[in-house]
Amino acid sequence: MTDFDNRIPAGPIEEKWRTWLDDHRLVGPRQRGDHRVLVVGTGLAGSSAAATLAGMGYKVDCFCFQDSARRAHSIAAQGGINATKDYANEGDSVRRLFHDTIEGGDFRAREANVWRLAELSTRIIDQAVAQGVPFNREYGGHLATRSFGGVLVERTFYCRGQTGQQLLLGAYSALQKQVLDGRAQVHTRHEMLDLVLVDGHARGIITRDLVSGEIERWSADAVVLATGGYSNVYYLSTNALGCSVTAIWRARKRGAAMANPCFTQIHPTSIPQTHENQSKLTLMSESLRNDGRIWVPKAEDEERSADEIGEDERSYFLEERYPRYGNLVPRDVASRAAKLVCDEGRGVGPTGRGVYLDFQDAIAERGRAEIDSRYGNLFELYERITGENPWEVPMRIYPAPHYAMGGLWVDYELQTTIPGLFAIGEANFSDHGANRLGASAMMQCLADGYFIVPHSVTNYLSKHAANVETAEPSFERAEGEVNERLGRLVSVGGKTSQSQFHKQLGNLMIDNCGILRNADGLREAIGGLRSMREEFWRDLTIEPGEKGMNQSLEHAGRVADFLEMAELMCNDALDRDESCGSHFREEHQTDGGEAQRDDENWASVSIWEFEGPDSEPKKTAEQLSFEAVELEQRDYA
Amino acid sequence: MNFKLKVWRQSDAAAAGEWRTYGVSEIDSGASFLEMLDILNDRLVVEGERPIAFDYDCREGICGSCALTIDGTPHGPRQVTSCQVFMREFTDGSEIIVEPFRASPFKVLCDLVVDRTPFDRIVEAGGYISVDAGPKPEPNATPISPETQQAAMDAAACIGCGACVAACPNGSAMLFTGAKATHLNVLPQGQPERYDRSRAMVEQMDAEGFGGCTNTGECEAVCPQEISISVIGELYRDYRKSMVHVLRSRRGRMKAQ
Ligand SMILES: Cc1cc2nc3c(=O)[nH]c(=O)nc-3n(C[C@H](O)[C@H](O)[C@H](O)COP(=O)(O)OP(=O)(O)OC[C@H]3O[C@@H](n4cnc5c(N)ncnc54)[C@H](O)[C@@H]3O)c2cc1C
Ligand code: FES
Repeated sequence: MTDFDNRIPAGPIEEKWRTWLDDHRLVGPRQRGDHRVLVVGTGLAGSSAAATLAGMGYKVDCFCFQDSARRAHSIAAQGGINATKDYANEGDSVRRLFHDTIEGGDFRAREANVWRLAELSTRIIDQAVAQGVPFNREYGGHLATRSFGGVLVERTFYCRGQTGQQLLLGAYSALQKQVLDGRAQVHTRHEMLDLVLVDGHARGIITRDLVSGEIERWSADAVVLATGGYSNVYYLSTNALGCSVTAIWRARKRGAAMANPCFTQIHPTSIPQTHENQSKLTLMSESLRNDGRIWVPKAEDEERSADEIGEDERSYFLEERYPRYGNLVPRDVASRAAKLVCDEGRGVGPTGRGVYLDFQDAIAERGRAEIDSRYGNLFELYERITGENPWEVPMRIYPAPHYAMGGLWVDYELQTTIPGLFAIGEANFSDHGANRLGASAMMQCLADGYFIVPHSVTNYLSKHAANVETAEPSFERAEGEVNERLGRLVSVGGKTSQSQFHKQLGNLMIDNCGILRNADGLREAIGGLRSMREEFWRDLTIEPGEKGMNQSLEHAGRVADFLEMAELMCNDALDRDESCGSHFREEHQTDGGEAQRDDENWASVSIWEFEGPDSEPKKTAEQLSFEAVELEQRDYA
Repeated sequence: MNFKLKVWRQSDAAAAGEWRTYGVSEIDSGASFLEMLDILNDRLVVEGERPIAFDYDCREGICGSCALTIDGTPHGPRQVTSCQVFMREFTDGSEIIVEPFRASPFKVLCDLVVDRTPFDRIVEAGGYISVDAGPKPEPNATPISPETQQAAMDAAACIGCGACVAACPNGSAMLFTGAKATHLNVLPQGQPERYDRSRAMVEQMDAEGFGGCTNTGECEAVCPQEISISVIGELYRDYRKSMVHVLRSRRGRMKAQ
């Protein structure tokens, strides 16, 4: 029987984390060096956890598939990180950040976890500043903040438009210091391909060295997965190309349950796709919506260019539909509205999948210099990628898959359903419910990595440490299975490349399990995925040879996992018979066309266990209880 | 658009390597350079030829993975990362030469992929401020002027791609090392370790086999993050001062018992 106890300590919400810390079991400083912990992933979550665990004295082996820990996808985060410092004296507080996060997530996250996150937020800023992270400053030399979508306070700290880069370099440098001190080792260009259990506990992993192709075994007392999100299931997304579901999917097949896999965020402001062979969608910062006005032509199939379309022939659809929030409605709402106008045939650009983001009024009102100082670098980025000058023609934007709220199920200690296996950062499902607010992903990654998981791993090690050797039969078995699978991938001998399959998968998922979902489409998608998988294993062709560098083999392995994972997403989306946050089931909308939650039946986390390759997954619901907030319908009109 | 590509092919680090020529046709002018290579690779795989290995991840100019020398210049002529080069910038029908970043400390691992782990070891030598994750002082207790913050940020923006090394006739890593050291050395938090850091990082750079800086300025000219060559002067100054300091032994340093 799987243990789904969420281990939330009793007592008032304000005291739960303190209580847990006071009660957890410690490992003495002299003993820590006897324990080894594997940390897979070197993004904000993984680097911060690995550096902290090593700093405490544990032996740490850390893994990433890039050539340096510093290149993890976290490096690309732009806008900023939230913390309730209340420097601006706006009456911000832990309770308010907690409330905004719960409400932003449309009441589908755990109260206790979110409270702890809000509580730890200020320590992240303290930690980062001590490491030398150069946050922007006010004239007096104090830390600067700005506001971000969906909230009424300025609590977002930032380093120009490169906040993720600077926070990650802080954590990465801390990790490299532990390498120097001999406590941590970083194994770059290593991909985890399986998890190894001994007596039901996570005790190791199997990796492939992406340069030599060698398969290696790693044993330890505990394993932490910090492997990021799976938005690349849609093929085109704002994520880095290497982001995959592989690590958590393999863990799931060994018994770690997944939670809310269908909760994925589609970000409204990315540069639209322009050609068929595009490999990636580039995010344009959400901040642009502060001054840019979003519109489409009133007429369908409009052929004229933007400047030829008169004011009365334009529809500023967000301002019309949501007069109170206008262009600043939350991400899920803005994305949905943009998709709908394009479905009506009013989209712009070569593909018809785009809406204008127009700065003419802002330039007229505030002057070019002012707009330049706010968004100059973004205008440049846009021009570099599209070849169009946004000072002259309005930008075109379109929603793009961006973030996975779903992930491995974890309890309050961030432990998965497999004892000794922890999941942190975007890889877990914990804090964002059905929709994540801007600037809170990094906050969660670093809270998990610096301040939570080092203690919960300690608690675990104090009870369950074991000296496992890689000669154990379960390592032998797992390695055999990895080799067998790689062998199968290279020997299919068909005619279609892995990238073609990935594209097909992406199209199917964005159409049926993207911004809008309905039961028929989801059923159809499940059928489509099954035949796509068969086709994949019948007609794939990649570079032969498991030895040496083989990027098509790496990619094919990830695509194979996405093909399986996609079906679970569709199952979850079909099963969740309500709309909430990013999960918009067309059958469930209010008269005004907004998401209609069903709190009576669906105030819960859907947890999916793996029951074998040919069996339906098994679902368990974790009930969510709301004591510190009141459930309310979101209203932005 | 159509192009002829002359590409460096090398099956592994030990292999000799050779130039191979490929034609690509009907490329969308909006495609990026890496997307053009994707298209070629897709074709090679179907034709049963080994696809061309090259590094990439974010494809938006921030992770520092991509590292192609295009027509003789690291990242090509426009001072952006390789992934931000677009095909519309080339003349239709032209020949384009693609090779890895060349520098002796960056061993070629396969085709266009090189080993840049020496950079990690330079950071390991001192590119950080030593702090654990315990409670910290209130940040606003130490005000930092926006000018200082901007100076730190200008240097900290380095993405560690290695173009500076590949462009330098001496294969020097001074721009990379100077950027990291300057970021930390201008901040108040970075002062206690300032001279140890500067010395240890320069010594590690030398140990990795990077050349010395002779002020050719080639590094600055290719840097996609526009890191200023002035960081090199900053580092030299601190390095010289470090000579009068007793260097604390960093490796194997023990916690006070
Ligand atoms: C363009 C963009 C902008 C964003 N802006 C913001 C923002 O302004 N504010 C904010 O809060 N959030 C933002 N986010 C979200 C945030 O950046 C991510 O959610 C967060 O960085 C994820 O961090 P992570 O540590 O969980 O994973 P990642 O940073 O994705 O790291 C994953 C790590 O796991 C490794 N890995 C994965 N699989 C394997 C495997 N099988 N074997 C070995 N290693 C593996 C990778 O090598 C990597 O080191 C943004 C996201 C994007 C895409
Ligand atoms: S792929 Fe990340 S910088 Fe080019």
